[in-house]
Amino acid sequence: MRPPYELVGARPDPAFEISVDGRPVPVVPGQSVGAALHAAGVRSWRSTRFGGRPRGLFCGIGVCFDCLVTVNDVPALRACVTEARPGDRVRTSAADSGPEVSGR
Amino acid sequence: MPDVVVIGAGVVGAACAHYAARAGLDVVVLDRGPVAGGTTGAGEGNVLVSDKEPGPELDLAVLSAGLWRELAGLGGFEYEPKGGLVVAEDDEVLAALTALAAGQGVEHTVVDAGRLTDYEPHLAPGFAGGVFYPQDAQVQPMLAAATLLREGGRGAGRGTLSLRTGVTVTGFLRDGERVTGVRTDRGDIPAGAVVNAAGTWGGEVAALAGVHLPILPRRGFILVTEPLDEPLVLHKVYTAAYVTNVASDSAGLETSAVVEGTPSGPVLIGASRERVGFDRTVSIPVLERLARQAVELFPALAARRVIRAYCGFRPYCPDHLPVIGEDPRAPGLYHACGHEGAGIGLAPATGHLIAQALTGARPGLDLDPFRPDRFDPDRSGTGTPAKEG
Amino acid sequence: MTRVYDLAVIGAGPAGVAGALEASLAGLDVVVIDAAPRPGGQYHRHLPDSFHALRPGALHHGLERFMRQWEALRSRAEILLGHRVWAVERTGGDAAGGTAGATVTVRCLAGDREERPRAVRARALLIATGAHDRPLPFPGWDLPGVLTAGGAQALLKGSLVVAGRRVVVSGTGPFLLPVAAGLARAGADVRGVYEAGGRFGLARHPLLAAGKAAEAAGYAAVLARHRVPYRGRHAVVAAHGEDTLTHVTVARLDADWRPVATRTVECDTLACGYGFVPQLELPVQLGCATRRDADGTPVVAVDAGRRTSVPGVYAAGETTGVGGAELAEAEGRLAGRTVAADRGLRVPPLPALARRVDRLAAFARALHEAYPVRPGWRDWLRDDTLVCRCEEVPLSAVREARRLGATDARSVKLLARPGMGWCQGRMCGYAVACLAGEDPAAPRRPIAQPVRLGDLAGLEHPLRKDDRDDP
Repeated sequence: MRPPYELVGARPDPAFEISVDGRPVPVVPGQSVGAALHAAGVRSWRSTRFGGRPRGLFCGIGVCFDCLVTVNDVPALRACVTEARPGDRVRTSAADSGPEVSGR
Repeated sequence: MPDVVVIGAGVVGAACAHYAARAGLDVVVLDRGPVAGGTTGAGEGNVLVSDKEPGPELDLAVLSAGLWRELAGLGGFEYEPKGGLVVAEDDEVLAALTALAAGQGVEHTVVDAGRLTDYEPHLAPGFAGGVFYPQDAQVQPMLAAATLLREGGRGAGRGTLSLRTGVTVTGFLRDGERVTGVRTDRGDIPAGAVVNAAGTWGGEVAALAGVHLPILPRRGFILVTEPLDEPLVLHKVYTAAYVTNVASDSAGLETSAVVEGTPSGPVLIGASRERVGFDRTVSIPVLERLARQAVELFPALAARRVIRAYCGFRPYCPDHLPVIGEDPRAPGLYHACGHEGAGIGLAPATGHLIAQALTGARPGLDLDPFRPDRFDPDRSGTGTPAKEG
Repeated sequence: MTRVYDLAVIGAGPAGVAGALEASLAGLDVVVIDAAPRPGGQYHRHLPDSFHALRPGALHHGLERFMRQWEALRSRAEILLGHRVWAVERTGGDAAGGTAGATVTVRCLAGDREERPRAVRARALLIATGAHDRPLPFPGWDLPGVLTAGGAQALLKGSLVVAGRRVVVSGTGPFLLPVAAGLARAGADVRGVYEAGGRFGLARHPLLAAGKAAEAAGYAAVLARHRVPYRGRHAVVAAHGEDTLTHVTVARLDADWRPVATRTVECDTLACGYGFVPQLELPVQLGCATRRDADGTPVVAVDAGRRTSVPGVYAAGETTGVGGAELAEAEGRLAGRTVAADRGLRVPPLPALARRVDRLAAFARALHEAYPVRPGWRDWLRDDTLVCRCEEVPLSAVREARRLGATDARSVKLLARPGMGWCQGRMCGYAVACLAGEDPAAPRRPIAQPVRLGDLAGLEHPLRKDDRDDP
């Protein structure tokens, strides 16, 4: 078990998957799309309009709008405050303009 | 001593200063705030010929549209000659619209209902047709004003142009009736002439010289959407109702959405018209109406988010015409204000005409309909009658 | 929209929950509205039930107390979680102070993706909308891997995600300590805490004063146990990496925060924050008067009973001055009692509570004075450093706007577009104001949250079909 889970004695419900640009990303129930992506080592999933710069989570609380994604064809949702649901199809602007989501 | 002091660093003041400096005059521009901080900073950047009924304002608009095209060569601000599409809700309105276009004598194309989507692929179905005006354009008004100020004094044979922000005019220097400069909170500035380009506050400035200009604020709200990756609206698009609203004298709320995309991505939705003084309190019902009208024009906008709304105050004159020219009641004081919602569009022509007046050149347009004393009771009956709004 | 509550509380953090509870206990019909799916606000953000955490308080200071209040509130008040408020309006009554008949309409969007519009009406309003991080720009601050301190904290508290493996914490203010301690305990290799302002070092940290000694010592002990270096007068002045953060430049600073010497620290994550920005959109929409806090930040002006300048509108917590969860809770309680009393209920005075607020507020002022943002941060920026992340406005464009005659933050925004994008200046507003040479103004945002045109118009739109998926 990973340290933060030990710390709070968490025994989460079984994980499910969402699809991010066609790639499966595991989600612990209750996590936001942004948290799940970040936990999966994906640090950026949007590219900016002018400079094409990579962006992911920054403020993490729904204020900066850097983490925008399209979920089930609903555009421009803040990944950090959009709770992931089983079967969600997430599309990123990094996928629209670049070869692939940059993971680590 | 400067030849001219211009009061107001909005787009009209900037244009006056620009053309005056180009004509060889030394110009000082004063503003109590920053550059373009008043109505210019709240403007959409409309350069419209389409919404003007035949007459002096249309003449001014046509002159101005040509000057904007030329000024765009300066660079430094966005200028989009995108054209305007006016759509009609039904056949009756279309007939009126087509008749208006014919009377305007400006370049236009009547567009059949079936061809509307050639111009605007996302336009709602059901409109009876429309008129396309290729001369309608869009400028980024703040940058345009700043650029006119920066470039006015550049070049051989020109006068100088200096901008002083944070300077409040408190009165006028007089020699008898004649205005010979301004008093400010930073000291007196004698000048050969003074131009009142204070926009919505032009009446207050005029009052400092003891002359009456009936300029009132007419509030407008604008909605700004999220930036769109692909343009959804290609031209300036509005319904024919806009033309009647612009010309209306009502103090009550009038809305007729003008929808357009911008190079930076957001769609702008203007604009409501209300006479409520300088009240900035947001009216949700006004925003709701603008949103409804925008979605009626472009249903795809329903799924797009508004991220910003703001208001500004148009300088409204009872006869909807600006005040341009020397004030016979205070010689040496020139007015260039009261353009209501058309200040961005009409600025270059206004500046051009003011510069002509300042240098004693023959004006390119008859200034009589715009003369400053036309609202005085003893002048009524001559020229354009003043309506009380 | 027929029901009119006695009191609507916006914000289910420490201030909002405490205020709502007091008002409910006094007999008012209360509704609590919060954008998040769970209560707690930023400070008491906690895990979803689906994590089945046995010790949820392990990541929090004071969570148990908050949860007790929340449990007590739940059975007494209407709770609307997942409701983002985009506008508030006051109608009826009179400006002269009469509250009879006046109501406040709170316009919300319910749900995190469906966003169904919903309006809530109440006779009184308590604004407890809290604050968000205040970042400063520096080269590379928009690289993925750079997070706000609050963002790193939210990931951990709200979903047990450790923001990175090798993490640097930088900024100024007491908040850096719990963030660093939390990350270290959760298994991150915290490479250092760089406190730009802390000329005292950890041993003489201002938190040790005035009753916070135990809390501060706890953080210090965690950092010591994990061998996390803490450096005062140091800050991350640049972040580097190709597509994601790989290392940062840490500078030793002079008293004005100008870099004196630099070195490189490798890391995959940076958590940084320079204080907080109170969220004032809603009180400004209502016309509530603001004042400047000790550090120049605009906050809502309130009287001793937490009444704003607008009749029937109250405020508590960070919106009235950033001071932490304990102060927020006390202010919330005070506000809740004032609302009840103003609505004619018998509420016995509680002088101890008012004294507690005064004491904690004095401590908050002392902290503000201990952690000012110094002007030397501007020297960290280069011409091409983005000041505005949304519109990608570099420092050079801000400077050009200044040259063109933009003498204040608003005209800089009009000429160069910083603050025009998605976040509406929430991230860059402080920096742009500083670069324009002024204190930040209270934000005028008639639309506090993005709202779909279809929803604003009150129209049906195609996305409505998602409603079917809703339970």
